[in-house]
Amino acid sequence: MSDPTLSASQIRHAYRGRTVLHDASLELAPGQVVSLLGANGAGKSTLLRIILGLLPPQGGEVRLGGRPLRDYPRRELAGHLAYVPQVHATPFPYSVRQVVLMGRLPATGLFAAPGHQDRMIAEQALARLGIGHLAERPYTEISGGERQMALIARALAQGSRLLILDEPATGLDYGNQIALLDLLRSLAAEGYGILKTTHHPDHVLASSDRVAILKDGHIIADGPPENVMSAALLSDLYGVAIAPTRLPDGRLVILPAADRARRPPSAAPIFPSTLELSA
Amino acid sequence: MLPRSERWSLFGLSPVLIIVVALAMLGALCIGRYPLPVHDILRFLGASLGLGDMPAAEYDTLYNLIVRIRLPRVLAAVLVGASLSTAGAAFQGVFRNPLVSPGLLGVLAGSAFGAALGILLGLPWASVQILTFAMGVAAVGLGVGIAGLFRGGGIVMMVLGGIVSGALFTSLLSMVKYAADPYNQLPAIVYWLMGSLAMADLGQVGALAVPMLLGIGLLVALGRPLDALTMGDDEARSLGVPVRSIRYTIIILSTLISAMTVSLAGMIGWVGLIVPHIARLLVGPGNALLLPTSAAIGACFLLASDGLSRTLTTTEIPIGIVTELIGIPGFLLVLGRARKGWL
Repeated sequence: MSDPTLSASQIRHAYRGRTVLHDASLELAPGQVVSLLGANGAGKSTLLRIILGLLPPQGGEVRLGGRPLRDYPRRELAGHLAYVPQVHATPFPYSVRQVVLMGRLPATGLFAAPGHQDRMIAEQALARLGIGHLAERPYTEISGGERQMALIARALAQGSRLLILDEPATGLDYGNQIALLDLLRSLAAEGYGILKTTHHPDHVLASSDRVAILKDGHIIADGPPENVMSAALLSDLYGVAIAPTRLPDGRLVILPAADRARRPPSAAPIFPSTLELSA
Repeated sequence: MLPRSERWSLFGLSPVLIIVVALAMLGALCIGRYPLPVHDILRFLGASLGLGDMPAAEYDTLYNLIVRIRLPRVLAAVLVGASLSTAGAAFQGVFRNPLVSPGLLGVLAGSAFGAALGILLGLPWASVQILTFAMGVAAVGLGVGIAGLFRGGGIVMMVLGGIVSGALFTSLLSMVKYAADPYNQLPAIVYWLMGSLAMADLGQVGALAVPMLLGIGLLVALGRPLDALTMGDDEARSLGVPVRSIRYTIIILSTLISAMTVSLAGMIGWVGLIVPHIARLLVGPGNALLLPTSAAIGACFLLASDGLSRTLTTTEIPIGIVTELIGIPGFLLVLGRARKGWL
């Protein structure tokens, strides 16, 4: 089975009786960058954990290459599906190389030391992300952007073709955000399938083949970004008037509407998802 | 040149660690009220292996001094120091906190209560030791059980459960002390809680050596999945690590060997907290090397502490006091040199 497609269909999940996801469906194929866009509390993180097999859904099913995710042994799943968490601090000063080598765990097994080949793969991943010079630096002492690169390098070292990234641009400066988006595009061109959550509609336009909009636990739209991200949909999603604008060179940018202050306040509840779902 | 963290492989490191511990043991056999030169020990070793000759009277004297008096303490120091240090390093990884010590989940409080209760009840020494071990395990079981009452609590609930369990057994210990005969039992309890290797005898050390070394070995084998565990539960799972079973296995193994140290030598503090930091400065944070290095340094640390406790004054100072007195400035030095990022 080479480069299988991941598909979540009609996922339903609730925490303590509060519905977080209902009938959420999403697909990820190799070669694609898919962005998952949603307001705070829309259920993005829950959907991500379910797609990664970290949380069993209460309804619906996630399949990888047609086979239910729950039928995969964890180690085999790790060979197909890699998780790139939000940049975090670790308590121990592992070197960047050690962090990347952890990606070889599913391949070597839990108890074997990484061999020569594993080290070569880790070096290649470091080189691919242009952080070979950081290999010996402690992960605790590099910048947020460099840590994000190290975590992506670990995912590449894992050998999985599908990467799931949780808000990869968070905490990165503007230059690093753009570099990250370009990197994701080029990884997709190499055949990786990439699913990321984001809070930036502009990042969706700059990098994605598809965008899925998650609102109140439901995917309300899924398709090419320029088609999906209309003024009406984005304004409704974020509760603020938003105006996608076409630049003279043909590119689309997402901006808050200039006259947004004059919108009636009732149209914009601050946390629409929680208010509606708890009713 | 390879970076500091990868200069060694376990294959290359093990002989170095074993030689260092063996030399420290040889040194520890020399020191005491009657200092022995190294060549006497080596001549005795040769004679007992049938490689050399020695007058019978001298052989008997040396046999008495080396094998019957010093060897049990030296072996006990190695086992206790290695166990506490390995358990401490493993706990620091499992709980993602470099300031954790093996007593976090209440094992030392439980064992202390078990020992005191055994002394209060006037049990034979072997039974006191079994009770010590059992209460240490029971305290951790209670702490983890309390954590289990709260669904999905994770390691934070476990730490809180351990605090509750530790507090309970500490108060039970106070009750036992209060009830104990103040002329006879109370001093025995208090001395035991200060830690001592003086009660170790060869048979008992031999019996505990197998499970303790086995526990240390199994923890070392879990070093790589433990590395992934320090990055977070979801990350470790996505790397194919069965998080819950690895975490519980490490907690169980660490608890068993920690409880055995109290059975063997009473309460010896600071070793399990400070030694992993020294080891981390030497070989980096990768647990596959950190755990065996901690074991070796812990063994040497306790041999040195025991040497001081036997020789500093004419009467022996309880070793728990010595480890604390060395441990505190040692810890401050380590804090100053440690890599930043976790404080």
